[in-house]
Amino acid sequence: MMETKKVSKVDLIFEHIDPRELLTKVHGMTGSDIIEEIIESGLKGRGGAGFPTGMKWKFCAEEKEKTKYIVCNADEGEPGTFKDREILDRVAYKVYAGMTIAGRAVGAKKGIIYLRGEYKFLLPQLRMELDGFHKMIDEVGYDFEIDFRLGSGAYICGEESALFESIEGKRGEPRNKPPYPTSSGLFGKPTVVNNVETLVNSVIILKYGSERYKKMGTRFSTGAKVFSVSGDTLIPGIYELELGMSLLEFVKEFGDGDTKAVQVGGAAGFCVPRKLFASTVIGFEGVPTGGSMMLFNSSRSMYHILHNYLEFFTEESCGQCTPCRVGCQQLLKGVESVKKGESKSTYLNELVKLADTMKIASKCGLGQSVGNAFNSIVENFREEIIY
Amino acid sequence: MKKSKMVSLKINNQPVSITEGSTVLQAAEKLNIHIPTLCNHDDLCVAGNCRVCVVEQKGARVLAAACAQPAMEGMEILTNSLKVRNARKHVVELLLSEHRADCTKCYRNQNCELQTLANEFSFGDHIFLDLVSKHEQFIDNTSSSIVKDDSKCIRCQRCVRTCSELQKISAIAVSGKGAKMKISTFHDRPISHVVCTNCGQCVNRCPTGALTEKNYIDYVWDAIYDPDKHVVVQTAPAVRVGLGEDLGYDPGERVTGKMVTALKQLGFDSVLDTDFTADLTIMEEGTELLSRLKKALVDKDKETALPMYTSCSPGWIKFIEHKYPEMLPNLSTCKSPQQMFGALAKTYFAEKRGINPENIVSVSIMPCTAKKFEANRPEMRDSGYKDVDYVLTTREFAVMIKQAGLDFRTLKPSHYDSLMGVSSGAGAIFGATGGVMEAAIRTAYEIVTGKPVPFDNLNITPVRGTEGVKEALLKIEGCLKEWSFLEGVELKVAIAHGLTNADKVMRSISTGKADYHFVEIMACPGGCIGGGGQPIPTNMEIRQKRIDAIYEEDMSLPVRKSHENPEIIQLYNDYLGKPNSHKAHELLHTHYIERVRN
Repeated sequence: MMETKKVSKVDLIFEHIDPRELLTKVHGMTGSDIIEEIIESGLKGRGGAGFPTGMKWKFCAEEKEKTKYIVCNADEGEPGTFKDREILDRVAYKVYAGMTIAGRAVGAKKGIIYLRGEYKFLLPQLRMELDGFHKMIDEVGYDFEIDFRLGSGAYICGEESALFESIEGKRGEPRNKPPYPTSSGLFGKPTVVNNVETLVNSVIILKYGSERYKKMGTRFSTGAKVFSVSGDTLIPGIYELELGMSLLEFVKEFGDGDTKAVQVGGAAGFCVPRKLFASTVIGFEGVPTGGSMMLFNSSRSMYHILHNYLEFFTEESCGQCTPCRVGCQQLLKGVESVKKGESKSTYLNELVKLADTMKIASKCGLGQSVGNAFNSIVENFREEIIY
Repeated sequence: MKKSKMVSLKINNQPVSITEGSTVLQAAEKLNIHIPTLCNHDDLCVAGNCRVCVVEQKGARVLAAACAQPAMEGMEILTNSLKVRNARKHVVELLLSEHRADCTKCYRNQNCELQTLANEFSFGDHIFLDLVSKHEQFIDNTSSSIVKDDSKCIRCQRCVRTCSELQKISAIAVSGKGAKMKISTFHDRPISHVVCTNCGQCVNRCPTGALTEKNYIDYVWDAIYDPDKHVVVQTAPAVRVGLGEDLGYDPGERVTGKMVTALKQLGFDSVLDTDFTADLTIMEEGTELLSRLKKALVDKDKETALPMYTSCSPGWIKFIEHKYPEMLPNLSTCKSPQQMFGALAKTYFAEKRGINPENIVSVSIMPCTAKKFEANRPEMRDSGYKDVDYVLTTREFAVMIKQAGLDFRTLKPSHYDSLMGVSSGAGAIFGATGGVMEAAIRTAYEIVTGKPVPFDNLNITPVRGTEGVKEALLKIEGCLKEWSFLEGVELKVAIAHGLTNADKVMRSISTGKADYHFVEIMACPGGCIGGGGQPIPTNMEIRQKRIDAIYEEDMSLPVRKSHENPEIIQLYNDYLGKPNSHKAHELLHTHYIERVRN
């Protein structure tokens, strides 16, 4: 049995701290001390992909280039995710502080926050806070500057390299990798790109130390995470919970008593049916999530849910690579045609194989993750798709 | 020079070493392992879009695109594992599902890269639903040069990269996302109403029939079989070194004599040569250059625009009309050889042959798609008729040869008809980048000094080669008396091919960084031999072979200088008087217009 935890609420992300005090302390540390602390904490990216943050910073720090960038990915576009908005609304200074720390760690003097276009309403307040923050870090002795860039509504621009293209004024399309951002990112320079929440976590780690941080969560999923809970629940909202709980514990806490499935990780994530709740761990050793937890009760048609996701991907694929552009359309038309009885139900098997191809042959994470939702819904709710 | 580092890897268990920075695809080529590709093209930057070339890397979660994946030390690559085959088959099936596969009706039938892939990976029933019939099928027929059929487009973006990287125009670009992603123009306007130069480089690189030249084959057949019409045909310099490729010959084979025979057997009434009017262009343009130099150097006329730009390439003409209209006075007023020919066919030729020009149908065979547009320009009617009625590409011409059932290999070579069929080697080299410059220098130098150019065999090597922008200096010494104002002048020339290179030259001129006297610009990479109407595929290696063939053609001809072409001498004696005469201006010169920039 995997190690699982009970649902355990914490309050670290939104807790108010004195940023000047922390940044003064960090200013006394060397870049490698900072990176060591982050590596030691086991922190993994909170955007969903879960790359070890400390390693990312280390790779970037090792690059010889003079100009480097810290990019904060605030293009929160995954369906069912709304935690970054809350973080920026309530504790933006901790995001700024995280970027400043990252800049110190890797040797970058410029930070850019790529803010989802739909969050433009936050901008006046964010800018005001940023002015004060800039003054403060100046006094402490940092040579670091943060600026904003706005997205224009494309989901794909949350993909790191498409995000760079967008900032550079080009069409937001993912790049070929390698090279990876830490060696050639924004404007071809070494770049650290972190999610909003990841950056705030680095602040927490440096405030409390990696030892205390590691006490939360599990061995593979240290720390806590902000979850965006939505769907068939009586208490939708934002919750900061330790990683590593079982989905069953989660559903006990948030479900309405009739939960038949939970979509973990948004449209790009996995659909977990009731029979697997007990054996599913929410964390990097189980099913990872960027925060989105959508609960569905027995009144919901899984066909409609799947159809909705596929419509979303068919529209939001950048259209660049074949598996994603055409694959999404085929999956969508395919389930429609099975539902209408125009194709045999066995056609679903072909579609599952196609989704498997999309997972390995697509150019970026978008196309690679369409198959997650598709296969987990089709495999677990086949009758609902056909009949 | 820094010695480049090598990396060692294994592909299908075979070890290979290759320079760091190379791709897995290049490493596989080294082992003669074929990895199918589609969006990849030697002339263009890596895209990694189509995913046809995916390969398995041991230990990796996902497949890698061989065209984009750098070869790295210790890698183990499988190009034909079951995982790879299944993925590749899916990719090809997906492409077919968004492609209107009307193969038997398609102009690119049997020369289509998607068809080739389908033959390898996707025979039998289609797995997936047909997405095309549900799409709006829109064929853009508005351009006189290029037809764009979105229902056959597989969105590999070769055309987009061609238009932006090679030509710096971006008349076509990607619009929309997801299922609505497509290759579009500014505000989705028709091709005829955007900055498109009609160069056809996109057509030459399109793997399917989504972009093709506008086809005029049936119009030409109709004219040939019309007993009342006298059909005159002209063939451009680059056609004779490219045509063979569409008829089973290796690149670089000269088929001039057989080509002439084929034209006669197809039923053209007079088979004449654009090389002849290439020589004529040298006479007119060379004289224009000398008179501009005189006005600038002796008369100190500030109005005289220098440098003078060549005007043979209609893609280049449209480019400067859109992008640098303030420099239009610098363009030579000479028509292109095709249009000089057209104007003379319905005047000089008609008169000499006693044919009513009304009954002449003038056809040209060109390596070019922009020539179709050029022939349709309203200015090009100085003979009183449409000077050139129909323009066929090298490819369309090859189709006609096949339609007529000619066994090209067994044809006996023959000569062009007289009056406008003799040419010099200088006319022949118009087809390669630097050729017009070389031909012009051969003649102008001799006019000014009375001596041939001081180069071995008349081969002016500094202006040859495939470098994007070439510069050369020629000191003029020993001038004849009337040209003494040029004594000691260092003639500065530049040559550019491909519009990205043209743009570089234009920028350095307009910012005052360069001061040339004479600039040759060709819209297509390599010059006309790499034209948009040439056989597909065209790439660096093939262009070089065609260029070599052009210079062989030059060496094979008895006359190597335009002003020594006997038919040119006869034309001036009998009809035009002298170069830049009033009559020559009426028929052989033109003007340009400023066009919008979107």
